Amino acid sequence: MGQLAIIFARVLQAIPTLIGIIIVTFLLTRALPGDPAAYFAGAAATPESIAEIRANLGLDQPLPVQFLKYVQDLGTGNLGQSVSTGQPVATELLRRLPASLELTLTALLLSVAVAIPLGVLAAVRQDTWIDQLCRFVVTAGVSLPTFFTGLLLVYVFYFLLGVAPAPLGRLDLMHIAPPQITGFLVFDSLIAREWGTAWSAAKQLLLPSITLALFTLAPIARMTRASMLQALSSEYLRTARAAGLSRGRVLMVYAFRNALLPVVTTLGMVFSFTLGANVLVEKVFAWPGIGSFAIEALVVSDYAAVQGFVLSMAVLFVVLNLFIDTLYTLIDPRVQVDG
Amino acid sequence: MSTHLHNPPLLTVRDLCVEFATRKGPVTAVRSVNLQVAKGETLGIVGESGSGKSVTSYAVMRILDRAGRIVSGGIEFGGMQLHDAPEDMMSDLRGREISMIFQNPRAALNPIRTVGKQIEDVLIRHAQATHEQAKAKAIEALERVRIRDAARRYHAYPFELSGGMCQRVVIAIALACKPQLLIADEPTTGLDVTTQKAVMELVRELTRSEGMSTLLITHDLGLAGEYCDRIIVMEKGEVVEQQDTAKLFTAPAHPYTRRLIRSTPHAAATIRDLMPDDQRLPLPPTMIVSDEPLLEVKNLVKQFDAPGGVLQRIRNRGKKEAGYRAVDNVSFSIARGESVGLVGESGCGKSTTSAMVMRLLDATAGSIRFKGQELTAVTAAAFARSPQRRELQMVFQDPHESLNPRATAAQSIADPLLRLEGMTNNAEIRARVEALATQVGLQHELLDRLPHQLSGGQKARVGIARAISTKPELLILDEPTAALDVSVQAVVLNLLADLKAEFGMSYLFVSHDLEVVRLLCDRVIVMRAGSIVESGPTAQVLSAPQAEYTRELLSAIPRPAHLPAHGAPVTEAVRA
Repeated sequence: MGQLAIIFARVLQAIPTLIGIIIVTFLLTRALPGDPAAYFAGAAATPESIAEIRANLGLDQPLPVQFLKYVQDLGTGNLGQSVSTGQPVATELLRRLPASLELTLTALLLSVAVAIPLGVLAAVRQDTWIDQLCRFVVTAGVSLPTFFTGLLLVYVFYFLLGVAPAPLGRLDLMHIAPPQITGFLVFDSLIAREWGTAWSAAKQLLLPSITLALFTLAPIARMTRASMLQALSSEYLRTARAAGLSRGRVLMVYAFRNALLPVVTTLGMVFSFTLGANVLVEKVFAWPGIGSFAIEALVVSDYAAVQGFVLSMAVLFVVLNLFIDTLYTLIDPRVQVDG
Repeated sequence: MSTHLHNPPLLTVRDLCVEFATRKGPVTAVRSVNLQVAKGETLGIVGESGSGKSVTSYAVMRILDRAGRIVSGGIEFGGMQLHDAPEDMMSDLRGREISMIFQNPRAALNPIRTVGKQIEDVLIRHAQATHEQAKAKAIEALERVRIRDAARRYHAYPFELSGGMCQRVVIAIALACKPQLLIADEPTTGLDVTTQKAVMELVRELTRSEGMSTLLITHDLGLAGEYCDRIIVMEKGEVVEQQDTAKLFTAPAHPYTRRLIRSTPHAAATIRDLMPDDQRLPLPPTMIVSDEPLLEVKNLVKQFDAPGGVLQRIRNRGKKEAGYRAVDNVSFSIARGESVGLVGESGCGKSTTSAMVMRLLDATAGSIRFKGQELTAVTAAAFARSPQRRELQMVFQDPHESLNPRATAAQSIADPLLRLEGMTNNAEIRARVEALATQVGLQHELLDRLPHQLSGGQKARVGIARAISTKPELLILDEPTAALDVSVQAVVLNLLADLKAEFGMSYLFVSHDLEVVRLLCDRVIVMRAGSIVESGPTAQVLSAPQAEYTRELLSAIPRPAHLPAHGAPVTEAVRA
């Protein structure tokens, strides 16, 4: 089977998942405690005004009708209106998703750049100081909550040393956001040739992404170390050594490439959970991301916003898995047969 | 075969001691080993598991695990001292002057790199080829190990090749730089006899034409006897005997060597010959009670669906060859008290056949009648609750893998009693378990141990005790001794013969080892590619085979000319 066919099959497999997610999010948001109509009518509302708001929101209809309406809207790309912000949910998401993606991707890039070499070194020099360092970093990474490391970094680098900018969003007040192209401020300002803005955006990005990177470092480093150790003790590595291949080649081409397979899987998982779970970091750094938006929407039973959030995360997750699978077929020739 | 002792030795190992650091402190794996390999000579190191034969060769290559360490002794190769040579010098020598081929060839190759690239790596490393010529030279190397269509195989990944083919690639990697010494560590274990023969002849031919020396490490005395000029026998980390091959077989000096030769099935006329003289009982009587068949298998077929998902199935729709026929129209019968051997190479359908008889797999078509009753009427999934379950039992191939690692020996043996006999009284169960343990020769104090605390032979006994606990009438033995050392195999085979005589059981003995089948079975069925090629009384099939394939199988068994014959007509005939 060709690689294109495998990828096509994977895309097909995603469709039932998406349908399931649409149904489940719809039902779950309806099962949430709290009445959005009562919430938005305010404390002084009369039963009549609540009923009116409910009719406006379409919540007086039976569930199947509400669902049909929801699906119809989805078909036209309409995710509904957020009651809390008054904006269409799609606009809100499009504005906030790039912020979260920029943060998560930068954090992941940082943590991969540190965790993979660290894991490899820890495995190659097992039980030496570098292995102990790896163990320490991993333990610290998982046990320190992100809001704590975030606050600590802000305290040291902003308050004490004054080298970092104020943790107030994606751009300081001196600069104006460039026209949106990718949604990633650093890239957009580079494209717009506004170097000052790019520098400012990069500085704003640094502390929150380090905070998040410290947290995601742990699983990646651990997995790299473990799979590298397994590859190092494999029989094909013994063959490579017995053939006299140089140490560098044995480690990189024979051990590392094989060890990379489980690491790629872990990366996919880490990426998807950080994207949804970086709310705390977004709160600490006043980052206008998708996580804080979803939490706020959830608190006020903003159905459309919550549904839109969950759905977009699900799509993102499916796309990500597709990407990981494709990557897998590229680095592991055996996948074609099993798939 | 002449010896080359008059030549200056290529490799000299002097008083080699190797230790492994373990949690319980250092363990000596190899103790003052001395050996010499002359130029052009083939030296065999023979021993059972734990004898230190592989560790010795790893020490020569200096590729011991992190825990292993050369404590003392010297290794001299072509005038160079290897035991304390710096790592970069060793890495230059490895693959260029000394090469190694391994057991389990598929695992020995990098799974995600094409075999051609893996050969290129070695060629480029040792400056045997530039990047431009590497591909042509790698294809040449593949052709030298007789891989057909080498230019296409160059792009193959190890998982796309058969085990024998992978071993050829490993050999191609090892011989790519024409080394002076080739170390072969159990190169054919796990391969079929015909593949084993092809691989060994290839190694012999290539090393001879280049004048290479070979160090062949094996547990199979027969293999060493056929291919080696001299043989070293190791036991528990020490060399017990070192002899020219002919002399070792005709006049073994050490008692361990004698025991090893005795345990090798090749030379034995009867199953009792495998045992040491002082432990030999009279032969159990043949037990065929009547010609009335206990088991009758007719036109058995097993068709496996084509692999793949929905897309593949849609694509295959309407095509005839969707799927794979593992067993194709197989018929045979087993009489009461009879023992029938089912032999063939891997993939011939023997295990699938036994799994269907055992009702672990549903047959696609055909009938299996046991004591006149049709077994296929009950599905495999429901058969566990059938009253006939207890009359059919099985002993599995790997005695370790087939025991629950968290259950003691007693619990494993008691399992069928609880499930199939419905026994509930603990004291009664314990009494039964102890009686069974006595029957299979398992000391009672071992009953409360977990599998990892038992040796291979003890685990095999637990597996057998478990299988006979319900007094089955038919016992299916799926390669029960394949994972055991020869001396342990000898004991287990004798135990099986005694148990059969005692309980009047019938055996369906699945094996790839014709020699073992010859000793244990009354009748033999030879299978190939899902069909029966030949069947008949063991003596007849093995001494005067009718089918070409049977002859091929028999001639592929390594048969050192020096093994003493025990004078039985069957053995003589098989040799001819």
